Amino acid sequence: MTFLFFIFAALALIGGIGVVAFKNPVSSAFSMVVSFLGLAALFIQLNAFLVGVLQILVYAGAIMVLFLFIIMLLDVPQEEKKKLPFFTALGAGGIVLAFIALLVVMLSRSEVGDKTLPALEATSGPGTSDVHKIGELLFSQYWFPIQVVGILLLVATVGVVVLSKRELK
Amino acid sequence: METALTLNHFLFVSGVLFAIGLAGVLVRRNLIVIFMCLELMLSAANLTLVAFSRFNVQEGQPDYHGHVLLFFIITVAAAEVAVGLAIIVALFRTKGTTDVSKIDTMKF
Repeated sequence: MTFLFFIFAALALIGGIGVVAFKNPVSSAFSMVVSFLGLAALFIQLNAFLVGVLQILVYAGAIMVLFLFIIMLLDVPQEEKKKLPFFTALGAGGIVLAFIALLVVMLSRSEVGDKTLPALEATSGPGTSDVHKIGELLFSQYWFPIQVVGILLLVATVGVVVLSKRELK
Repeated sequence: METALTLNHFLFVSGVLFAIGLAGVLVRRNLIVIFMCLELMLSAANLTLVAFSRFNVQEGQPDYHGHVLLFFIITVAAAEVAVGLAIIVALFRTKGTTDVSKIDTMKF
């Protein structure tokens, strides 16, 4: 269990570094897919099977295809090898290092974080899968938010169509 | 002997992934790559949610409310990517570039 965690965490982090480090946007997009696969594996390790599958289907599948489609449609050139301005590098590095330092300090202080993976009760039979549980919650307790999200998707669709039109009247 | 996985392991990975995304947003100049780094930060936050829901066991099961929240976040992220990329395409049409250092109309 533990070594699988380290493998997939490394996969997610290396993919993330690749997104930032590659000059070519297409390479960035592909290393992003690697990062999302690692994250999905971590989700599945945390017993979030539905969410892990959704991560692969929606993020690594649909969203990254959309990104690649736009990159190839716009024919985005590689960033020319311009040296990073000194203050940009300094500011970015400072902010990121400060963030990681804060993370380490907070995590080492918190007592909640030392909790080990609690055991789950074994379940079997119909109606006990996490898909079933999440679906039940979505359509009972969260019936209103799911309507709002439906409207949001409709608005986004209309917005994309309007934005993509060549001229507005 | 294996060390047991703790909540800190997952929170640390999620935080470092978030920091990588943040670095990308600050350092990169290509608008599309910046947008990808934003998605990376969003996913890193998702990992935190899943970890907390798994470690907050209720009646022998993970806290499924966290998974429901994640479901909504993924939906909103999908809508956000669609709209954001449409804006980038519209911007590319008017400016002819996706380099943020060349898009400076509103720069003081």
